[in-house]
Amino acid sequence: MEAYAYARPTTLDEAVSLLAAHAKEGRRTQLLAGGTDVLVQMRSVDREPRTLVDVKHIADTNRLDISSDPVFIGSAIPSAILNENEELKSLFPGLIEAADLIGSTQIQGRATIGGNLCNSSPAGDTIPAIIAASGVCVIAGSGGTRRVACEDFLTGVGTNVLEADELLVGLEFPRPQGRTADGYLRFIPRTEMDIAVAGAGVALTLDDDGTCTAARVAIGAVAPTALLVPAAADALIGTKVDDEALSAAGAACTAASSPITDKRGTIEYRNKVVAVLCRRAGANARDRALAR
Amino acid sequence: MAEARDYRAIGTRPVRPDGVDKVTGRANFGADMNLPNMIHGKVLRSPHAHARIKSIDGSRALEMPGVYAVISGADFPSGAEGEISGEGGGTVSDLAMNIMARDKALYHGHAVAAVAAKTAFLAETALELIDVEYEVLPPVLDVDVAMEPGATLVDENQHTRGNESAGPSNIAAITKFERGDPEAGFAEADVVVEGDYRVPTAHQGYIEPHACTATLDEQGRATVWCCTQGHFDVRSMTAGVLGKSVGEIKVIPSEIGGGFGGKTVIYLEPLAVKLSELTGRPVKMVMSREEVFRATGPTSASHCKIKVGAKRDGTITAATAWMAYEAGAYPGAPVGPGCMSVFAPYDLENFRIEGFDVLVNKPKAAAYRAPGAPQSMHAMESAMDELARRIGMDPIDLRLKNCADEGTQAPYGPVYPPIGIRKCLEAAKVHPNYTTPKAEGTGRGIAAGFWFNIGMQSSAEVRLSEDGTVTVMEGSPDIGGSRASMCLMAAETLGVPYDVVRAHIGDTESTGFCNVTGGSRTTFATGLAVVQACEDIIAECKKRAAATWDIDADQVDWTEGEAIPKPGVNIDVQPLSLADIAGSMGRTGGPILGRASLNAQGAGAGFSVNFADVNVDQETGKVDILSFTAIQDAGTAIHPSYVEGQMQGGAVQGLGWALNEEYIYDDNGVMENAGFLDYRVPVASDMPMIDTQIIEVPNPSHPYGVRGVGETPIVAPLAVTSNAVSDALGFRISDLPLSPPRVLAAIDAHEED
Repeated sequence: MEAYAYARPTTLDEAVSLLAAHAKEGRRTQLLAGGTDVLVQMRSVDREPRTLVDVKHIADTNRLDISSDPVFIGSAIPSAILNENEELKSLFPGLIEAADLIGSTQIQGRATIGGNLCNSSPAGDTIPAIIAASGVCVIAGSGGTRRVACEDFLTGVGTNVLEADELLVGLEFPRPQGRTADGYLRFIPRTEMDIAVAGAGVALTLDDDGTCTAARVAIGAVAPTALLVPAAADALIGTKVDDEALSAAGAACTAASSPITDKRGTIEYRNKVVAVLCRRAGANARDRALAR
Repeated sequence: MAEARDYRAIGTRPVRPDGVDKVTGRANFGADMNLPNMIHGKVLRSPHAHARIKSIDGSRALEMPGVYAVISGADFPSGAEGEISGEGGGTVSDLAMNIMARDKALYHGHAVAAVAAKTAFLAETALELIDVEYEVLPPVLDVDVAMEPGATLVDENQHTRGNESAGPSNIAAITKFERGDPEAGFAEADVVVEGDYRVPTAHQGYIEPHACTATLDEQGRATVWCCTQGHFDVRSMTAGVLGKSVGEIKVIPSEIGGGFGGKTVIYLEPLAVKLSELTGRPVKMVMSREEVFRATGPTSASHCKIKVGAKRDGTITAATAWMAYEAGAYPGAPVGPGCMSVFAPYDLENFRIEGFDVLVNKPKAAAYRAPGAPQSMHAMESAMDELARRIGMDPIDLRLKNCADEGTQAPYGPVYPPIGIRKCLEAAKVHPNYTTPKAEGTGRGIAAGFWFNIGMQSSAEVRLSEDGTVTVMEGSPDIGGSRASMCLMAAETLGVPYDVVRAHIGDTESTGFCNVTGGSRTTFATGLAVVQACEDIIAECKKRAAATWDIDADQVDWTEGEAIPKPGVNIDVQPLSLADIAGSMGRTGGPILGRASLNAQGAGAGFSVNFADVNVDQETGKVDILSFTAIQDAGTAIHPSYVEGQMQGGAVQGLGWALNEEYIYDDNGVMENAGFLDYRVPVASDMPMIDTQIIEVPNPSHPYGVRGVGETPIVAPLAVTSNAVSDALGFRISDLPLSPPRVLAAIDAHEED
């Protein structure tokens, strides 16, 4: 019987070689960042032995460049570091409010937004916020480094474009310019310790008179993957992001949704609530942009 | 009769003796017992909600290295007889079949086999190698469907009690109470309200899963360590299932991480003893959270219909209640207490109550904090709210108008001794949280709660150590701070400081029989035994002092912890303290101990009034509890902090049940939310501070006036929430839980009307 193994590469090359070697031998690996999903899964849903490849000891995955353009957040940076960073909070208030929704203070000392993305749950809270903020995944593999827009990273429930010899190094975000701001909201029946029934992230750029010149709207927990909703963005661009425009954006989110009925909510409920969240997150983003 | 008086110890708030060890992790709970050569047991559970078991073959599992034994229903004696003592009741036969299925699996998760192996992981792996052949049968999953003529039968041999000639039925029993002439009463009414109310299945939600370790000595006598609310009942139930004498089993209780009624029954102990017997090794069994949800507890889902008629001035002229409770796979839903509590706060001339105990293919219901009362009183207290609206009366005034008092004949029979419902209502009316107007757009709801409380059997022994410290030995597992209360009552009676008294919970061979910690009986009944045992000590101390002073014992008084000559006894001596007498007891006649055993009567009913303000997000259906006030008659609060803790904890459990807790089943009877992620008990940040006000109407049947306080607090919050949400929305949602999807769907349906 194969046993669990643990590897701790210290360079990207070492990590990629290790992954490639395992893949070649047909041995299973799993990337380990904060472990807040992996450790739970090991004890419950998937106990099959594998090699855990810890990405926390690589310089590149621990890089945090906030003053640059693009902004870079390494995949091993715990969300507590992000959540406590005033400059990041000011640049990406929506992304940080999403990261701050995941887990308790103790969990946030370990949890990473990179891990949240790679776990690729339809309900992952940071994913719509990353998509809205135009996040780009920087991926290292045997063939070198490639970049994939976050909305193209996800392929299904729990799946993504990462090959067996690849890992996520980090996320790049274009540095917000002028009156640009984002917002994220999710719905849960409780106040915390729960999984999103629906989520919506909105990023907006306003011109001097408050007219929306650019927008990105993304939704979560209402389809097999988080989705970018261009029709919702179109409903906002060229408007003052007033109630009417927000309602139209919300309706576009509902139209883009293909939720299921499960223990966390019904199809009807999720379709309605995703529109409400889009409206409210959009209003938050608008108010933040206007304040800049 | 007990009257309010000045106490030295009672009513103070010392730190509980078990508290620090619990918060530092030093305390030992059910899963913490380990023994040399111990192996691990795991249970194979039915993947079907209803299936005939055609064969069970454990041979492949037994071939696996490290697997020691496989057992199934065939390893247990059939035809166990007798009734279970304790709170929940039921037969030993049903209990035996519930913890290990015989010819049929009756719910998804029903135990069908068990294995013992070197490690817990190996045991789990071995379960996959036990071959069970099932004939899958259609399940019956809903109380209304189960009651229909021709419904699928959970048990082909089940008949309605008292109506055996009518053929088999899922209705195991029917309860009826009637007084006066309800039809004539309704005819006199100016206003009649009727409603239909459903409450979902809810689990007790204790943090600590069931766990036990069993071993046999060379004489074949078993010792069982487990987390339980009543180790004497574990002993008798385990003996009953195994066909052993209680003398062959010793049960040692651990600290308990919550029970709320759910640990008054057993699931694992006979399996662990049987596996230990077969392997010659200690066997430990610990449930996972998923097993706890699928196979233990819960309390019944219910369907209640209420009709209440009243005069314009609020006087109720008649009321009827019809209620059907899901028992799960075996008879024993708490529908009897549901019937008895439904109208308990009121003085009614005309009423009829009917209750049905109905089998469905779900886990067998177990006691849960005031079993049965939250469901039926949710219905009645919601109907009272509707009635108050219809006649334009303040809901507290409506309840005061019909309030039961000392001398009222309770709807369930007895004449009430002094009770506190009126005082609770009066306190609510003037409470600042009630006199403050509710905020714009919010809703306010109020409801009354009730629980009988029980007495039952208790024993206590109090021992004096040579330095004057006092040991209280009793047999009631401490789930709510009862050791602190025992120490306070002993300190009060003996007249010594709290710090010199230590309370211990003895195992089944170290102390006298005690029924379960349940029915809110422990501080009342075991407390009564402790007080009597302390009085025994005082009597002996007086004798020793009298002998020292060479006077008669009846010439000695016991005051403030000291023996002193009675006024008028002409003798010049210094008082003798408890420590003085203890220090010389070896010379004055030997060790001093007091004991008492009793079957306590007159538990004293507990009433409450709760109210809350809520906000409803009209776009998402989310209900936020903005404030919650719990007012309850405690008789006398021995340790007020722990009384308040019971009131707050019960309120939160009731609010959780009202808001989000429910079992979600698929069409095959598989529970889809068997974990705390999706079975949503409230988290701390969901709740406001629960404001409490203790009312004290002393119980005349207890020397310090104690009434049970543990269960009443869960009863009112269900209707409080329904009433507050209805107030916020302007229309009523009758069914629980008031989860966001249900509330939003109701808002949408209402707007369409």
